[in-house]
Amino acid sequence: MVRAVEAAVPSNLAGRIGLERTLALVARLRELGIVLALVAIVLVVAIQAPLFFTVSNFEQILLSVALIAIVAVGQTTVVLTRNVDLSVGSVVGLVAFVTGDLLKEHVVGVPVAILAGCVLGLGLGALNGLIITVGRVPAIVATLGTLNIYRGLAFLIAGGKQVSAIDLPNSYLRIASSSVLGVPTLIVCAVVIAAIAAYLLRYSGTGRQLYAIGSNPAAADVVGIPSQRLVFGAFVLCGLLAGVAGVLWGSRFGTVNASAASGLELQVIAAVVIGGVNIFGGSGTVVGAVLGAVLLGTIQNALTVLHLSQFWLQAIDGAVILLAVGTDAAIRNYFQRILTRTGRR
Amino acid sequence: MRLPKGAFAFAGLAVLALSACGGGGSSSASPGTTTLNIAFLPKAVNNPYFDVAATGGQEAATELKGQFKQVGPSDATGAAQIPFIQTLTQQNVSAIVVSADDANAIAPALKQAMAKGIKVVGYDSSPATDARNVFINQADTKGIGEVQIEMVCDEIPGCAGDIAILSATSTATNQNAWIDVMKSTLASNSKYSGLKLVKVAYGNDDPQVSTTEAQGLLTAYPNLKGIISPTTVGIAAAAKVLKDQNKVGKVALTGLGTPNQMRAFVKDGTCKEFALWNVKDLGYLAYYTAALLVQGKIKGTSGETFTAGRLGSYTIDASTTVLLGKPFVFKADNIDQLNF
Amino acid sequence: MSALRDRLLARWETLLVLLLGAFLVLGTSLSPYFLSASNFSDMTSNLMEKAIMALPLALIIIAGEIDLSVESMAGLSSALLGFVFLLGWPLWIAIPLVLAVGALGGLFNGLLVTRAGLPSLVVTLGTLALYRGLASVVLGPQSVSGWPAWFTNFGFGDVPGTLIPWPFVVFAVLAAAFMFVLHRTWIGRQIFAIGKNKEAARYSGIQVAKVKTLLFVLSGTLSALAGVILTARFSSARADNGQGFVLDVVTATLLGGVNIFGGEGTIAGVVLAVFVIGVLRNGLTLADVSPDTQSVVVGALLIVSVAGPTAVRRIRSAWSSRRFVQSASNR
Repeated sequence: MVRAVEAAVPSNLAGRIGLERTLALVARLRELGIVLALVAIVLVVAIQAPLFFTVSNFEQILLSVALIAIVAVGQTTVVLTRNVDLSVGSVVGLVAFVTGDLLKEHVVGVPVAILAGCVLGLGLGALNGLIITVGRVPAIVATLGTLNIYRGLAFLIAGGKQVSAIDLPNSYLRIASSSVLGVPTLIVCAVVIAAIAAYLLRYSGTGRQLYAIGSNPAAADVVGIPSQRLVFGAFVLCGLLAGVAGVLWGSRFGTVNASAASGLELQVIAAVVIGGVNIFGGSGTVVGAVLGAVLLGTIQNALTVLHLSQFWLQAIDGAVILLAVGTDAAIRNYFQRILTRTGRR
Repeated sequence: MRLPKGAFAFAGLAVLALSACGGGGSSSASPGTTTLNIAFLPKAVNNPYFDVAATGGQEAATELKGQFKQVGPSDATGAAQIPFIQTLTQQNVSAIVVSADDANAIAPALKQAMAKGIKVVGYDSSPATDARNVFINQADTKGIGEVQIEMVCDEIPGCAGDIAILSATSTATNQNAWIDVMKSTLASNSKYSGLKLVKVAYGNDDPQVSTTEAQGLLTAYPNLKGIISPTTVGIAAAAKVLKDQNKVGKVALTGLGTPNQMRAFVKDGTCKEFALWNVKDLGYLAYYTAALLVQGKIKGTSGETFTAGRLGSYTIDASTTVLLGKPFVFKADNIDQLNF
Repeated sequence: MSALRDRLLARWETLLVLLLGAFLVLGTSLSPYFLSASNFSDMTSNLMEKAIMALPLALIIIAGEIDLSVESMAGLSSALLGFVFLLGWPLWIAIPLVLAVGALGGLFNGLLVTRAGLPSLVVTLGTLALYRGLASVVLGPQSVSGWPAWFTNFGFGDVPGTLIPWPFVVFAVLAAAFMFVLHRTWIGRQIFAIGKNKEAARYSGIQVAKVKTLLFVLSGTLSALAGVILTARFSSARADNGQGFVLDVVTATLLGGVNIFGGEGTIAGVVLAVFVIGVLRNGLTLADVSPDTQSVVVGALLIVSVAGPTAVRRIRSAWSSRRFVQSASNR
């Protein structure tokens, strides 16, 4: 079968439709791969448990991953530039608690509280960006540090107290349970954010520059791309989106304490990696990351519906990460071989 | 020639060791028998249930002119409680009042404290029997388990259908004891023969995990008729999930909760009734018992009786346990009576 | 430039010793119970599992890779130990078995990184989840106790007649061995070479793949050992033992002067850093500061420890280039 594909793909494919469009084709194929995996899981599980294959169940799956998907969009932007943001979990937690607390103490109304939460997320992301660009601290180290700092701040502010559902105004709580045109609001938020980000990354100059920084930082500098400013911007965006997720967190879970969203960063990075985003930057799409999140949520839901022990979930997630990355490497090597055939004429 | 890098490490550790030797044996003094310096160590600190118990402890401390403080981990695991026990031991407190996440994991550290003369009183969830002097149980374990089955039977039409339990952590002594009672009550009492326990889920006393587990129960068991959640974090999370998914009236909810957290849910019918006990009194009694042990007024042996301030007299039973009282059932007509 | 770097490195360990001293003073001023041998004994015993995990991690990072799965391997080994103990296996068979599984887990990581060419960050992220998940599958939510007294004494108790915890003895021996291997043997030089320039190392005949795989095997084995010690210390085998450790272990390694990009670092620095963090946390704990608040300080320490030398380097090179320009223009 490999030979057939190889024969079908013209040896000067890169020359014919352009390198960029070839890479876009690869990205689409990768996303197709996740969709196929999803379809396969759905079919297999639906045969065993028909209630899996209902609209309300799919809605449950999407709802359960909506917040992770929002954060994953921001993380994708950062990873594309060959960086990583490990502090997203702590940002979500800190913003969730501050927003909840503001509402609990009746300091401000719901709209202002939401705005405040988003601004806080933006600020925390900017701090990350500053440490990385101005402080020249490698992203993994910087965000490991801020992961601890932001989480510690959440505990300091909380002082052992928590925000309960009864402390929060109904209008705020209803956000997570309401719908827009029949689709739950949280899902709509995630889809809109992902769509805007995907469009900007794919079709705007800034988006292409982000990809360039990740593929070849030195070359990007030489060409005149303002790498430092763009990387800073990526972290600001990541913080902002984590802030958005934090604001919605309280509405979804009702009770918020200082350890909210602990460990979220690993789930988000898993989704991003499974979605085909290269951890070394330069390739991958927001759509892929969102699909990665959906895949993980589907697996969890499948385990629940099949009455399988949730203890298998982490092991399966780990295996999926390894499978996804292995497949990516295989695909990359394969296309590299095809594309470099042009040079052999 | 450059100094080998190892030299720095040894220099550093030498600094450490020398300073330790300089410090010497300040820890060999036995804890004060007249000063009351008692610390509460709950399962986790960001839990309103334990905050309420702490107010009781503080009340007793004020009455007895003793000191009170509460320390604890932010995640409810036995491993996380150990460093706190060691710190309290170092600080030479008079007594540690502890609710165990894992009865066995903290036993060695508690025994070390006891060897130093520090009194250990368990409350809410007991550490291993040989790692504590006395255990203050909020109510008879059997009674707590039975009342929850009774309530869920009341709330489900016809007292028949699938039920599930949403617990806290899988190793919590009290949770497992109550769940065992519930299982045996379901098996032995013919009144409940129509109820079937399909699953025990663990929410780890974490709001997010509890929410996810509650949703999982509804997804996996579409015919679920009732959820019992013997933990204040779990029942609050389950209530919100039922409300969000419009299952109020279709899936009954009961268990153990605090009136303040559950008031709105009781009034709108999400949870018609639930039980608890006077949590503040639990803290008060625990502090009193610890204080009496520290002062040598009781020894902690079975059969001893003592008076705990405004609560009256109590007897230590055969398993060195003291019962606070009976569980209290909250419904719409009495939920406004208590504020915690 | 190399002389400057060597001087900076030497100064890094000095800085750590100074930090250690400063935190000792801080701890003493915060609580009268700090400066006692029994307190240091407690503090040390709480640190040892993380310290043991940090040793091979330092080597892996120096070689240009990373291993996030250390905490999950510790959990898996604890769960496995509990599982076979329940089946009635004697510990003198069970413990080596568990260590062997650790080696296998490390081998798996190593092969994926060297043979399949996958980035170690992602591979070990996957195995971080996979191994923890397997631990849950093996032991479920229960915990296993009832261990023989010698085992729990080893984990929780001290060498008779002293206040030195047994695990510290294990750690000291391992640290000395690692120090010797990394700084005094050919293998150690190979590790540095690989970290500085993988391709150049390969061209000079170093078997990069074999060395890296070996390092991952070592990491897996020692993480399994840490899991065994954890089980002994808690008298409890659980699938979630060691959860949350990896952050502290990586922080300690980086604070110890190991360069995240590879090629630089010392075992002495890592050992010092482990104790710097331990002393800081211990002092703050005795002053009733919660662990999460302590994390703010540790996080800030980590960032400053990396940003500081970089800033110093840039200021220095800015000065020296200005002097060069000045002297050039003075001619």
